[in-house]
Amino acid sequence: MPRVVTVLGDDISTDVIYPGRYMATVLPSETPQFAFADHAELNAKLKQKQIPPGSVLVGGRNFGCGSSREQATSTLKGHELVIVASSFARIFLQNSINLGLRIVTAPGIEAAVGDELELEADAVVNVTSGKRYPVVPLPVARQAIIDAGGLIAFTKKRLVAERGGAAG
Amino acid sequence: MGMTVAEKILARASGRAATRAGDVVEPAVDLAMSHENAALVMNQFREIFAGTGLEARPWDPKKIAVIFDHRVPAESPKTATNQKRIREFVVLQGIERFHDVRGDTGGICHQVLPEYGYVRPGQVVVGTDSHTTSHGALGAFAFGIGATEMASVWALGYALNIEVPATIRVVVEGDFPPHVGPKDLILHLIGRLTAQGANFRCIEFHGGTIRRMSTSGRLTLCNMTVEAGATAGIVPADDETLRYLREEAGVAEAPALVTPDADATYVETIHIDVGKLEPQIACPHTVDNVKPVGAVAGQRVDQIVIGSCTNGRLDDLAIAAELLRGRKVAPRTRMLVFPASARIYAEALDKGYVADLVRAGAVVMNAGCGPCLGVHEGALGDGEVALSTTNRNFKGRMGNPTAEVYLCSPAVAAASAVTGVITDPRSTTGGH
Repeated sequence: MPRVVTVLGDDISTDVIYPGRYMATVLPSETPQFAFADHAELNAKLKQKQIPPGSVLVGGRNFGCGSSREQATSTLKGHELVIVASSFARIFLQNSINLGLRIVTAPGIEAAVGDELELEADAVVNVTSGKRYPVVPLPVARQAIIDAGGLIAFTKKRLVAERGGAAG
Repeated sequence: MGMTVAEKILARASGRAATRAGDVVEPAVDLAMSHENAALVMNQFREIFAGTGLEARPWDPKKIAVIFDHRVPAESPKTATNQKRIREFVVLQGIERFHDVRGDTGGICHQVLPEYGYVRPGQVVVGTDSHTTSHGALGAFAFGIGATEMASVWALGYALNIEVPATIRVVVEGDFPPHVGPKDLILHLIGRLTAQGANFRCIEFHGGTIRRMSTSGRLTLCNMTVEAGATAGIVPADDETLRYLREEAGVAEAPALVTPDADATYVETIHIDVGKLEPQIACPHTVDNVKPVGAVAGQRVDQIVIGSCTNGRLDDLAIAAELLRGRKVAPRTRMLVFPASARIYAEALDKGYVADLVRAGAVVMNAGCGPCLGVHEGALGDGEVALSTTNRNFKGRMGNPTAEVYLCSPAVAAASAVTGVITDPRSTTGGH
């Protein structure tokens, strides 16, 4: 069962997730090293692979606000983290869906580091505290992109349908 | 039932008679803008085409704009190499709306786009930058997207699975008091809405104050709507928009103006009277932590920044020059000025503003994003305090997580530069 590795507050900006000074690094394969670069401890744990894939980062409201930089998504995706938050900022939410970062909107989510969370389709259960938080489903239109395996696969299919060519 | 401006624009762009908030549409894109992050867009664009046997060509290079602004001139070999690759790409793909690192045609993307007449009322504009909301100042529906989404737009020519946002109507009346202006209005509104109060919504501006406001002021308003979470901010186009396009953007033809229907549906209406509005300050570390200037007056400031896509236009520099003419920036306070575009820089030279600022002790840098996002120049030392006319004050925003950033208008920034502490510009008189 996934464990909570860190708990952050409201309005966690993409400047905090991926500081602007690393924005010249763009490739998804290269961005994971700078995740939470200004949080030395968390960054070190991620880089040293002390955090198992599938671990949960809990945020408050408006997670991922601010800059549209996609590195903030690819850096978390690179560590295969799952983000559970009360709400997400629009561009970050869309970038996450496009790149396949798993995000779960669970209003009011409360958890402490080390808690075990069960991620059900319609609820997040904090097994440690025994509390259950209903999940707000993603917009249907966005779910279609997830089901296609991300935006690159989704667009590739459209492109081939429109311009011809092989289905990849 | 009537439609808001956003609903009308998205209906037109989606080939529908009407759209409603909540509809999912695939609007044709009229303008697709990227800056240095075009390097990532290019990578994702090639991924989309990989394995299809199709040649990787964008749907319409005339509708793509690429503007270098985040790190100009390049601060590192890595950035310089990204810029080099992008330069090669725009030549290969025939992208003519390309603004390189130049002292005549360069600048910040959100200033260059309107200045060169690329943005028109009623357009759908997307940009790989969250402050793409700026272009709603000309009556366009303009919103920020990620790099992969932009790659998809380059391939297809339309944005996928866009939800039509519900609209918040903001009606502004009254005349601004002296030393109070659009920046104070938008900070006040963000303070009221909170940083997420307009998430997934559009903000449409109305009222006499907006009608009398210049396009420059409207750009400041729409620019920061994203700080309340808004998908887009829109000032319905009017005579001032036509004037701007004609006189400042060199657009000969008069575009159709998209206005909301009288019976359009709004999720909320907010009334603001600016007649008694005080200068506003967004305090560390969130943009919605807004207070009247008096609440933080006297706070020591290490670095003043005037510039950015929010407040780096000619009228902003005029305010700063007026307050600093014949005066000096306080000792132990640094003042950096970043004009929003090369054209503005040249105009500020002609009008003598640059001389006023430089003689006062300010460092006038080239047009660009500069220190706003801590990637390039003007870094802050540990524990230092900045007072800035930019748009964000998140922890680490200006490159140092132990520093503090206060956001304000050009008048507050300039008045504070003289004293070295946060100062109410109404308490000072002009220089000389």
